[in-house]
Amino acid sequence: MTDIAIELRGIDKKFGLVHANKDIDLRVRKGSIHGIIGENGAGKSTLMSILYGFYQADDGEIFVDGRKADIKDPNAAIAAGIGMVHQHFMLVENFTVLENVMLGAEDSQILTSGISRARQELKRLEHEYELEVDPDAIIEELPVGLQQRVEILKALYRGAEILILDEPTGVLTPAEADHLFRILKQLKDQGKTILLITHKLREIMAITDEVSVMRRGEMVATRKTAETSVEELAELMVGRRVLLHVEKGPALPGEVLLSVENLTVRDSRGCDMVKDVSFEVRAGEIVGIAGVAGNGQSELLQAVSGIRRAVNGRVLLKGEPIHVTGKADPSELRHRGLAHVPEDRQHMGLVLSFDESENSILGYHDDPRYLNGAFLDIDAIRADAAEKIEKYDIRPPNPRLKTANFSGGNQQKIVLAREMERDPQVLIIGQPTRGVDVGAIEFIHKRIIEMRDAGKAVLLVSVELDEIRSLSDRVLVMFDGRIVGERAPDTGEGELGLLMAGVENSREAAE
Amino acid sequence: MSVPYAKLPAWVDYGLIPLINLAVAFLVAGLVVLAVGESPLRAASLLIEGAFGYGEGIGFTLYYATNFIFTGLAVAVAFHCGLFNIGGEGQAYVAGLGVALPCLWFDAYLPWYVIFPIAILGSAMVGAAWALIPGWLQARRGSHVVITTIMFNFIASSLMVYVLVDVLKPAGSMAPQTRTFAENGQLPRLDWLMSWFGLDIGGAPFNLSFLLALVAAFLVWVLIWRTKLGYEIRTMGFSPKAARYAGVSESRIIIITMMLSGALAGMMALNPIMGDQHSMQLDFVGGAGFVGIAVALMGRSHPVGIVPAGILFGMLYQGGAEISFEMPQISRDMITIIQGLVILFAGALENMFRPAITAFFATMTTARAGKTLPAGE
Amino acid sequence: MEYFDTLIVILQSTVRVSVPLILAALAGLYSERSGIFDIGLEGKMLAAAFAGGAAAAVTGSALIGLAAAIFVSVCLALVHGFASITQRGNQIVSGVAINFIALGATVILGQAWFRQGGRTPQLTGDARFTTVELPFAAEVADVPILGPIYSNLLSGHFVLTYVAFLLVPFTWWVLYRTRFGLRLRAVGENPGAVDTAGISVPWLRYRAVICCGILCGIAGAYLSMAMTAGFVKGMTAGKGFIALAALIFAKWKPINVMFACLLFGFLDAMSIRMQGNPLPLIGEVPVQFMQALPYILTVILLAGFIGKAVPPRAGGVPYVKER
Repeated sequence: MTDIAIELRGIDKKFGLVHANKDIDLRVRKGSIHGIIGENGAGKSTLMSILYGFYQADDGEIFVDGRKADIKDPNAAIAAGIGMVHQHFMLVENFTVLENVMLGAEDSQILTSGISRARQELKRLEHEYELEVDPDAIIEELPVGLQQRVEILKALYRGAEILILDEPTGVLTPAEADHLFRILKQLKDQGKTILLITHKLREIMAITDEVSVMRRGEMVATRKTAETSVEELAELMVGRRVLLHVEKGPALPGEVLLSVENLTVRDSRGCDMVKDVSFEVRAGEIVGIAGVAGNGQSELLQAVSGIRRAVNGRVLLKGEPIHVTGKADPSELRHRGLAHVPEDRQHMGLVLSFDESENSILGYHDDPRYLNGAFLDIDAIRADAAEKIEKYDIRPPNPRLKTANFSGGNQQKIVLAREMERDPQVLIIGQPTRGVDVGAIEFIHKRIIEMRDAGKAVLLVSVELDEIRSLSDRVLVMFDGRIVGERAPDTGEGELGLLMAGVENSREAAE
Repeated sequence: MSVPYAKLPAWVDYGLIPLINLAVAFLVAGLVVLAVGESPLRAASLLIEGAFGYGEGIGFTLYYATNFIFTGLAVAVAFHCGLFNIGGEGQAYVAGLGVALPCLWFDAYLPWYVIFPIAILGSAMVGAAWALIPGWLQARRGSHVVITTIMFNFIASSLMVYVLVDVLKPAGSMAPQTRTFAENGQLPRLDWLMSWFGLDIGGAPFNLSFLLALVAAFLVWVLIWRTKLGYEIRTMGFSPKAARYAGVSESRIIIITMMLSGALAGMMALNPIMGDQHSMQLDFVGGAGFVGIAVALMGRSHPVGIVPAGILFGMLYQGGAEISFEMPQISRDMITIIQGLVILFAGALENMFRPAITAFFATMTTARAGKTLPAGE
Repeated sequence: MEYFDTLIVILQSTVRVSVPLILAALAGLYSERSGIFDIGLEGKMLAAAFAGGAAAAVTGSALIGLAAAIFVSVCLALVHGFASITQRGNQIVSGVAINFIALGATVILGQAWFRQGGRTPQLTGDARFTTVELPFAAEVADVPILGPIYSNLLSGHFVLTYVAFLLVPFTWWVLYRTRFGLRLRAVGENPGAVDTAGISVPWLRYRAVICCGILCGIAGAYLSMAMTAGFVKGMTAGKGFIALAALIFAKWKPINVMFACLLFGFLDAMSIRMQGNPLPLIGEVPVQFMQALPYILTVILLAGFIGKAVPPRAGGVPYVKER
C-alpha cells in the first residue's frame, strides 16, 4: 500500500507543433484535494485528459495506487477508479438523470432489471454524499449546478476513487460553487482523492491541501496550500510579478454616450438572462462589468450591439434610441459610432477561413471606401489592412494570410484594429484577453486605456476580475441577470466576490 | 482544433489532392470495367476518341458540358453559403416552363434573339422561384434545405408529368411533350465557332447556351469573390455567427443564395429545350442536376474548376455513349457509376489521402530545412 | 359490401407497398439515431434488390438471395460508415455518391451478367419468396367482415412482410430497453458523453450503420424476390426517399415510422386505384398529386406547420475529440 493515489512520471505530449505537456511529474496523495493551477493554455486540461485516457501521452508513465497503469482509453481510466467531471458537461441533454448515470455502466445487455438496480444505487450515493437529484428529471430541464451534480454522480456510480474536476466553477454561481466545495470536502472525508483544475487562485486557497502550478506546458512547482500565498502562486503561474495595475491617469468623464434603461433579454430557451438592467457609460470612462460567466453578460453585450433582440427596455446611443427590441441592425449601429469587440472572437469576431484583409472589413464591408458600387475594391481593402497591420504590430504582417494561421493574440489585434480604427464613440469589448498571450495582453490593455483617454465611452465585460479592476473606472457587478451593485475599482476582491456571488451586502449597494 | 491538418502549398491543396482523388475514382471505375470483362485502357481510349476525336463528338461533349456547368455553378453558389442544394434537378425541370412557354407563345411573332432573353429570364425566374420555397423554409422555419430540396425534386417531377401530359401536350398527340417550336424558338448552333478550329460539328446540338454558360461562370466568380453580396454569402457560409455580428441578415442571404442557385440550375433548361429538342419533353433534365453535385465538388466550388469539371463530365457522357457501340456491356450507366465515385472520392473522402501527403511534404521540408539549419528548435 | 371489398383490396396493397418503406425507414432510424444521416437508403436498397435477384436467379435459392442482398447492402453501408465516421466526410455527399454508384452498377453488372437489358432472370419456384397462409384462412374467409380481414388482409403475405411488421416493436424494444439502444440514442445526441463514458463512438456508429445495411438489404430482397419476381432497372423508384420522408414524418420514432409508412403506402395504393376514378365530393384528383402527397406532407411537417421534427442533435456532424 502507498499513500500516493496518482503518480505521473515524465508525461510528454505534443499536438503538432504545440508542446502541450513537457516532461511532467506529479504526485497526488490519497484522500487529499490537490489543485492544479495555471493560466489558460498552460496544459492543465491536456494533462488531465491524458490521465483520463482521452489522449495518449507521447512519453511517460502513470501509476495509480503505486501500480503502473496503462490508460489507453477512458474505459481503462474508469477501471482504474478514475472519474472526471468535464468543463463542458458530457451529458445527453434529453435523457433522464438515471439514463445518463447508467450510460456506459449498464450491467447487462438488457436494461429492464438493471434500471431498478441502478436506481437503488443512485439513491444510496445521493444519500451518502448529499447529492440529491431527481433520477427521472430530464437533464436539459435542470439548472447547471444540478447538471454538474449528475456528472459527479456518474463518476461515483462507476466506483471512482479519484475524481478529476476540470474548471468546475466556471459555469457556477458563487453559491453553487460553495455548495460544490462542500460536496468535495465531504468526498475527501470519505477517502476520495480529488484533482481540481482551475485558474482561480481563490478556489485553490479555499479548498485544496496541495497545489501544483503549471506554466506553458511545464510543471513549475508543487506547494502545500497552507505554506504558500496568493502572491507566490500568481508569480509562479505567470512567471513574473503580475502587473495588477495598468498605468493610467484619472478618468475625465464627459457626457453620457451610452445609456441602457430597463433592458430585459431572453435567451433561446425563453429564460430571462438580462433582467431590467439600467446603467450609463460616459465619454472618457471605462465601465467594467464583473461577474461569473453565464450571468447575463454575454446577452447584455449582444443586445446592446444589436446582435440579439431584447424583449424590453431602451438603449440610447448619444441620446438617440437603438431599436434593441425591434430591428436593431449591427451595421447601422457601426455607422452611428458603436464598435463591438465580441467575446467569441473565433466564430463571431472573425471568419477564420478568410484572409486577414477580408476580416479587416467584417461588418464594415458596406463602407463606400471599400466598394466600387456593388463590387469590392480589393486594392483599397488590402492597403487599408496593411496599414492596420503596421499600426497594431500584427504578425505575420501579411494581409493575404488565412486568419486561422494567426495566433490568438494577433487574431484579437485584427479585431481590435478593425473596431478601434473606425474612431467609434462607444466601444464595447467582451473578454479582451481570453486566449491571448501575455505579451499581447499589455498591448491590448494599453489600447483600451488610450481609447478612454481619447474621450470614448468604453463598456468592458470580462470574467477576469483582475482585468476588470485594473482597467475600469467604475465596476458594475452582474449576478443572475441583474446589476447587483456598483463599486470603485479599488474595492477589495472579497467584497466584489461577494457581490458576484449574489450575496446581498449589509449596506445597500450604492447606485 | 480548428486546423486539423498542417499547411500545404496551395498547388498541392487545390491541384494535386483533387487530382489524386479523381485518379482514384477513375481507377475504381476501371476495376468495374474490368469486372464486366472489358479492357479499361481500351474503354478509356474509346471514351476520349468518342468525346474529342472528331468534330461532332466535340460538339456533343460541349453540349452536355453546358448542362453541367450550369448545374455545377448552381450547387457551388449554394455551397459558398453553407447550403447543400440537392434540388438542382427539380429546379431545372420546372424551369423548363420558363423556356418552353415563351417559345410556345411567341415563336410565331418574335425573332429568336428576342425570345432568347425572355427565355433566359423565364428559366432563371422559375428556377429561382422553385428554390425559393426550400430557401424560405430553411431561413424562416429552420427546415433543412437538403431534405426539402429532395422532396421538391419529387414534387417537381410529379408536377411536370401532370403539366406535360394534361396541359401542354397538343391534342391528338401521344407523346408527353410540347409541340415542336418554330425556328424562332430555336437557338443558333455554334458551327461557326468550331469551324475556326477546322471542326465540323455535324449533327451535334452545340449551341449558343454554351457561351451563356461561360458568361455565367465568369459572373459567378465576380459575384462570389468580388462583390459585397458574395462577401456576405461567404461570411454566412463560413460562420453564421460572424454574419450576424457583421449585420448580415441570415434569412435574406439564405433566400437570395437559394434563388441564385435555383436560377443557375434553371438556366440549364435553355440548352436541351431551345438548343436541342426544340420542344419540352418528359424528363429532359436527365440527371444533370445531380451531375452538378459531382461537378461542383470536383471543381472545388470555383468556376475555374467547374468549367473543366463540366467538360470532363460532358466527355464522359458523350464518350460513354460511343463506348456502348463498341462495348455493349458498357452503357451510359457507367457514367452514373463514375459520377458516384467522383462524388465519393472528391467529396465525402476528400481528405483520405491528405494525411499521407501532408506527412510526405513534412518530411520533404524538414529534410530540406535540416541541411540549412542544423540546430533544432 | 362493394365498398368494403374495395377497401380490403386497397388495404391489402397498402400493406404490400408499405413493407419496403417500413424496412428502409427503420434502417434509416438506426443510422440517424446514431448521428449518421443517410440519404443513401435508396441506393442500398437498389443494390440489395439486384444482388438478391441475381444470387437467387443463379443459385435458385431465395435464402441465398436474401443473404447476398444483405451482404451487398452492408458493404455499401460500411462505405458510408467509413466516409462518415472514420474519414469524417460529409454524410450527405457520401449518401448521394452511394445512390449513384448503386444506380449505375446494378445496370452495368446486370447487363454484363444476364444480358437482359439490366434485368435479372425471372425468379421461379424456390428462388422466390412465397406467401404464407395463416391457419384457417380459407375456412373463415366467408365469415362477414372479420373473415375477409383475416384471410385477405392479415393472411397471405410473404414471410418478409411479417418480419417487417415484427421489426417495428423489436426496434422499439432495442432502442428503449437494451444497452445498445441506450448507447445508440446517446451517441446521436452527444457523442462526447458516450466517449467519456468509455464507449467507442466509432464502433457504436459502425454497428448502427451495419444495422441500417441489414434492414436495407431485407428491403431490397423484398422488392426483387417477393413483391416481384426479379430485379428491374431502377426498381426502387424513389422508395428510399419516401422512406426517408416517412422517417422524418415519424420524428425518428419506431412506432410512428410504421404508421407513417402505412400512410404513405396507403396514398400510393390509392393513387393506383384512383387512376381515372373520380373521388366522391372532390372529383378527379390527378394521380401525380397523390404521388407527390407524401413529399408535400413531409415538407409541411418540416416547416413546422404540424408539430416539429427535431432530428438527433449530433446528426450529420462528424465526431472530433475536443482539445
